[in-house]
Amino acid sequence: MNYSFDFVPIWRNFDTLLYGLGIGLSLAALSILIGVVIGGVVAFGLVSKNKPTAWIAGLYVSFIRNIPILLVIFFMFFALPQLGIRFSKITSFVAALSIYAGANLAEVFRGGLQAIPKGMTEAGMAVGLRPMQIRLSIIIPLMLRSTLPSMGNAFISLFKDTSLAAAIAVPELTYYARKINVESFRIIETWIVTSLLYVAATFTIASLLRLFEARLAIKR
Amino acid sequence: MNSILEISGLRKSYGPLEVIKGVDLAMKPGEVVSIIGSSGSGKTTLLRCINLLEEFQGGDIRIDGQLIGYKTSNGKRVALPERERAKNRALTGMAFQQFNLFPHMTALGNVTLGLRKTRGMAKDEAVAVAEKWLERVGMSQRKNHYPIQLSGGQQQRVAIARAIAMNPKLMLFDEVTSALDPELVNEVLNVIQDLANDGMTMLLVTHEMRFAYQVSSKVIFMEHGVIAEEGDPKEMFHNPKSQRLAEFLGKSKFQ
Ligand SMILES: Nc1ncnc2c1ncn2[C@@H]1O[C@H](COP(=O)(O)OP(=O)(O)OP(=O)(O)O)[C@@H](O)[C@H]1O
Ligand SMILES: [Mg+2]
Repeated sequence: MNYSFDFVPIWRNFDTLLYGLGIGLSLAALSILIGVVIGGVVAFGLVSKNKPTAWIAGLYVSFIRNIPILLVIFFMFFALPQLGIRFSKITSFVAALSIYAGANLAEVFRGGLQAIPKGMTEAGMAVGLRPMQIRLSIIIPLMLRSTLPSMGNAFISLFKDTSLAAAIAVPELTYYARKINVESFRIIETWIVTSLLYVAATFTIASLLRLFEARLAIKR
Repeated sequence: MNSILEISGLRKSYGPLEVIKGVDLAMKPGEVVSIIGSSGSGKTTLLRCINLLEEFQGGDIRIDGQLIGYKTSNGKRVALPERERAKNRALTGMAFQQFNLFPHMTALGNVTLGLRKTRGMAKDEAVAVAEKWLERVGMSQRKNHYPIQLSGGQQQRVAIARAIAMNPKLMLFDEVTSALDPELVNEVLNVIQDLANDGMTMLLVTHEMRFAYQVSSKVIFMEHGVIAEEGDPKEMFHNPKSQRLAEFLGKSKFQ
C-alpha cells in the first residue's frame, strides 16, 4: 500500500465543512425542539384513558418507529408533492426528522410519565390546581427532568441522522464532504476529517448534556 | 355555630368492594377530631373523599355549608365538572403520609404554587404568605432548599405549610408521622399541636395514640368502613364501650 495522504484540498475547504456541520446541528436542534413538542403531546395521548386517543397515538408511534427514517424523508420530499403538498427541501427534511423524533420521544416520555408517583398529581389536586395546571407546573417538568438523558441521546442520534439530508441534496456536512470528494478525489482524507467532525460534535454535545444533568441533579 | 364539616350517609366502593359503608360526621370550627382504627378500616379513604381525591357513590359532604363534588339535577346525582371540584378541593388542606413535595421546587416554591395558581396571588404576596407559614413550621432557614436536601420531618413540615398556607376551612392529616424515623416524629407533632392551639379545625388519622389523646376534642374509632365508636378522648381511651375498641387500644399499647 503506497497511498500518499494529502489533506491540503480538505483544509482549503474546511470552512465549507464547518458550515455544513453548523447546518447539520441547526437541523437537528430544530427537529428535536419540534420533536419534543410532538412527543410530549403524543405521550399524553398514549397514557390517555380515552381509548381512541390512546389508539391513534399508539398507531403513530409504532408505525413511524418501525419504518426506516429515510422512508419518512422520501415520503415528505417526493410523495407529498404528488398530492399537491409542496415544501422546500429543508422544510420537508425538518418535518421528517421531527415526526421521527416525535415518535421516539413519545415512547421515552410515556415511560417518564408512568414513573411519576400518583402522589404528585394528588398533591397538586389538594392545593386546588386544575388538571391543565397540574400538567404544566408539575407533570411536564418532572417528565422532562427524568427523561433528559434520553433526550440527549435522541438529539445525538438525530444529529447523525441529519447526514441523510444529503439524500435529498440539503447542503449539510455529509453533502459538502461528497462535494469535496468529487472535486478533489481525496476520498479517504475527506471521510476521515468529516468523521472526526461528527465525533467532535457529538462528544461536545454529550459533555455539555452531562454537565447540565449534573447541575440539575443537585436540585433533585 | 355552623358546622365546618358535615358528612351524611357517605358510601364509597372500589369496584365491588364497599369500603365506606354509611359514615356520618359533623365538625364545629376549631374542633380537632382524630380517627383511629385498624389497617383497612377506611380511614384514609374517608379523608380522600373529603378532599375529593376519590369519587364516592352515596351520601353528601358539606364543607362550611357548601355541598362538594356532586350536585343533584333532575333528581339524579351528577359529578361536578373538574373546575368546580378543583375549587372544592381548595376548601380543605391535605397532608399526606409520604409528604408528596414537588421535587423540582424549593420549599418556598412548593408553598407558593397553590397560592399563585389557585388563589391567584401576585408573586410578592404569595412569597410573603409562604414565608410566614414556613416560619411558623420552623422552616424559614431552609426555604430555598429542595426536598431532597431536607430530612423527612422537615419535608413534612413544609408539606403542612403548603397545605395550610392556602387558608383551608379544614385541615386533613393522614398518618403524617408514619413514614418518619422515630426521632423526627415530635417535631411534626409539635407543629400540629401548635396549629390546634391556634384554633385550626383539623381531622387527623393517626396511629400515635398518645398524641390523639392529647390533641383531640373528639376521637372516632373506625371499623370495617363505619364509625364503631366516638366520643371524648378520655372516655374512649379509659372506658372503651365496645370490646373491639378495647382490643384495638390494647394492641396499640395505650395505657
Ligand atoms: N385504590 C384502591 N383500590 C382498591 N381498593 C382499595 C384502594 N385503596 C384502598 N382500598 C381498600 O379499601 C379499604 C380501606 O382502605 P384505607 O386505605 O382507607 O384503610 P386505612 O384505614 O387507611 O388503613 P391503614 O391504617 O393501613 O392506612 C382496604 O380494604 C383497602 O384494601
Ligand atoms: Mg391509611
